[in-house]
Parts: sequence; C-alpha cells; structure tokens
Amino acid sequence: MNIRIIPKLDIKGPNLVKGVHLEGLRVLGKPWWFAKYYYEQGADELIYMDAVASLYDRNSILEFVRQTSKEIFIPITVGGGLRTITDIREALRAGADKVSINTAAIKSPNLISEAANRFGSSTIVVGIEAQKQMDGSYEAFMENGREPTGKDVFAWAKQVEELGAGEIFLTSIGQEGTGKGYDIELTRRVAESVSIPVIAVGGAGTPEHVHDVISKGKADAVSMASMLHYNFIEHCDINKEDFCEEGNIIFLQSGKTSYRMNQASIGDIKRHLLENAVSCRPTA
Amino acid sequence: MNTAMTANGVIIDYGMGNLFSIKHACEQAGIEAKVTADVTALMQADLAILPGVGAFGDAMKTLHALDLVEPIKDFAATGKPLVGICLGQQILLEGSSEFGSHKGLGLIPGQVVRFDNPKIGETTLKVPNVGWSQIWDTKSEAAANASDTARPARWANTPLRSIDNGTYMYFVHSYYAVPDDDAVALTWTSYGDTVFCSSLMKGNVIAFQHHPERSATEGLSIYDNIKTMATTALRG
Repeated sequence: MNIRIIPKLDIKGPNLVKGVHLEGLRVLGKPWWFAKYYYEQGADELIYMDAVASLYDRNSILEFVRQTSKEIFIPITVGGGLRTITDIREALRAGADKVSINTAAIKSPNLISEAANRFGSSTIVVGIEAQKQMDGSYEAFMENGREPTGKDVFAWAKQVEELGAGEIFLTSIGQEGTGKGYDIELTRRVAESVSIPVIAVGGAGTPEHVHDVISKGKADAVSMASMLHYNFIEHCDINKEDFCEEGNIIFLQSGKTSYRMNQASIGDIKRHLLENAVSCRPTA
Repeated sequence: MNTAMTANGVIIDYGMGNLFSIKHACEQAGIEAKVTADVTALMQADLAILPGVGAFGDAMKTLHALDLVEPIKDFAATGKPLVGICLGQQILLEGSSEFGSHKGLGLIPGQVVRFDNPKIGETTLKVPNVGWSQIWDTKSEAAANASDTARPARWANTPLRSIDNGTYMYFVHSYYAVPDDDAVALTWTSYGDTVFCSSLMKGNVIAFQHHPERSATEGLSIYDNIKTMATTALRG
C-alpha cells in the first residue's frame, strides 16, 4: 500500500492562510501558487479548506475549485462550511472529487449516509477535529475547532464509518500549526478502530514526523500545511506584492521567509519515507 | 498523423460520479466532450466514455431506467473506442456479487469481485483501496513489484503506448474485474498480496479501474492516446 501525501490549503476569500491551533490566520499568498506548485512537485491529492466558510459566502472557494480543476489532475477534496446535499453537489459540480464535512455531520449524522448514498462513499470524507482533554480522552470539536460537541472521538469515528463515510480527515487541534509532530496516540487509536482510511493532519514539522504518524500512528495518508507552505515561500520566486490586500498580510510584507517553522518539500518527505521502507509514489 | 484533428466524445451521463474531471482531461487532450445521456449524440460520437462511482447494482438499474443499455452495446459494436472508468469498467463485465448478484453489460466475459482480506504480512489492508498504485504489463511483475520499467511492446497499439511499465495511477475501489480470459487484461496491479486486473482491452472496448483523469501527466497522456485512436479510426 502506498501512503498518500496530501497538502492542505486553508483558503480565506482570495488568500491562502495559515494559523496555529486553527486560529490566528496569517495570509501567505495566493492559493493558486501553492496548488499548482504542489501538483507539479508530486502531491498525491490536494485538500482545500474554506477557513471561514460558515461566516462568509462560499463563492470564492468554488470559483477556485472551478479554475484549478481544469489544470490540476490529481484528486481534490473540498471542505469547510458544507452544510447540505445541495452544498455538496455544488462543490462536486465545481470540480471537486471529494468533499469533507464536519460541523454539519455532527449536527445531523444522517447527512453522511444521505450523501454517501447519493454521491458514493468514496466521495464523502468526514473531518474530525480532536481536542485532547485533561483526563486523556479526546473530544470532537466543530466550527473549525471552536465548538465542543461532547462526542468522544473514537465512538464518533466508528459511527461515521457505519454511516458510510469513505475516509476520515483527522485533525489534532492541539498539534495543528505547531510543527511539533502529529498526535500519534490519537491517530493510531482512530486508525485501528475503523476499517476506512484515516488521513492524519496537524503538527508536521519534519519528514520524521510524517514517518512517525505512518509507522507508529498507522495513518493511511498524511496531510500537512505550514511545513510545505514555508518551504514554498522560501524557495519560490513569487512576487509577494501580488496578493490581495485583505486580511493579516504583515508576515508577507515583512519579507520574512519563515517563522519558527521547520520546512520540507514534498520531495524531501517522500525521499525520507522511501529511505525508511514506507512505500509511496516517488516524485519525478 | 493529423494530431490537430479534434475528436467528438460523449461522456455518458447517468448520474454516477464526477464527470467534470473527465471532461477537463478530455479538453486537455483535444476531445470535445459532451456530458449527455442522449442516444443520438452517443451514436454520432467518435468515442464514448462510461464513467462511474458508486454501486454496481445502482449503476445498472440507472442505465436500464434511462434506456442506455442497448445503445451502449450498439456503440461498442461500431468499433469506435468505448472507454470504461472505475465502476464504468466493472459494469462492462458480465456480473458482480456486490450487495447481491447483478448482471452487467457483458461486453467483456468475466466477473467483478470484492477484495477478500488483502494483506501485507500479518496486516490486513483497508478496503477501499484509495491511492496511487503501479500498473504492470504482467501478473508476475505486479506481484513482484518489478523494477524494469521499459515500455511493454504489448502496449504499443493501446492507450498506454506512451507510458512506462509500472507507472503510478490513482485508484479508489473495493471491487475489481476478473476477466475469464487473462489475454484481455492490459495491466495488472497489486494491493498487498492481491494481484488484480487493473485495465482491460478487448478490441475497441477499453477499461480502467484507475482514474487516468486524476493521475497527473501520465494519466492525461492516456487521454491523448485515446483521442489518437479515435481520430485514426475516423480516417479509416
């Protein structure tokens, strides 16, 4: 089995953003730069998350999906703010291959089965945002990590599988954006409790972290954002003036290329995996 | 060869799966693709693509309800390329055991079966198989994960003529085709210890379990080759 490496693009209006613990979003540039670069660098899939979809309208991300799906020929998953069957259909019609739903699935679990029946299980990814509790348990959150749900992550994971989800996109809120490594225990416990693929996200800082969440965490696929984004910004010749002046652009204007964040490219990650006996599709 | 010639394609729209990525891949290759269930358009097309995501039984039920079963068979009989993708591959066979027993289009003799406990060592793999796997010319290369990637001679007059042996393609599936005759298997792929037929070709009927339209540059070149086959057939 070949592990998939899936860059995650958090999109806010016209910009690609990145935060820490899903908060404090900083503008890093235009989503298109990143999407196209990762495609050419050998990403196995891409995931676009609309960072503020529940607060704003969704037209900008759908337009982005429409544009990119004409030029990017790997699977694209779209998430963030999808609430209804109609929302899902719109995302798929815009060119998404899969959708990721979280808040709406928690509020109405039947949406999972209804969507799976209508569009096929393989099209429906359920996002689970997990927050470790003082007693060591994990609680599922919604609304981009802002709202507790009272649901136990592992019980919820089994339930979404039974309802027909095709994959689980598992975020560790505690590790997200920190670069300190994935939550191995969380990932392993979810991956072992379901028979559908689990995509781990949150905390990647080095290729070793990616290897750990596969070998120890039993992840079937791995997603990451900051580590790749800061690498891209440092190595690519982009015109940093060429972005929309909206949101927190202080970082871009500062001319800094990194921010206490380790970085690696998709090629670095895949080479490290292959050297350590984890199979994946090699980059060219 | 007149590569500037465009081909008119029909992507058969029966409500199953993401037709947009297929349409975009066709456009890249110079195939003017119409997404439709219209039989007249189908019969006039230079090539037809049968997509599909979901369940075998539902797909066949929908094709029957839309009166598309006989037209698809008629199209296959014209000798023009008919390309099945994913579930669209599976329904070209005679039947499937998915959720009960279902009858397929029967254009390729054989059955569709579910992964039965695929393993690596003692570890059972997850089903569906989601991700990138290699396509190989022979069963034994797939089983051994061979290292010789020279272009197989057998692929010369097929949509795979431009790609290397062992090229990675994107798969999402729980079931796979088991043709009665191994000779119609164009490629083989392994998932753990299970080796399965990942593409088929019987005359003008071509089918892929994987998604060439989601398999980056190599996948797109398969569409280029399909277009060439269709336009070559046109010029007689």
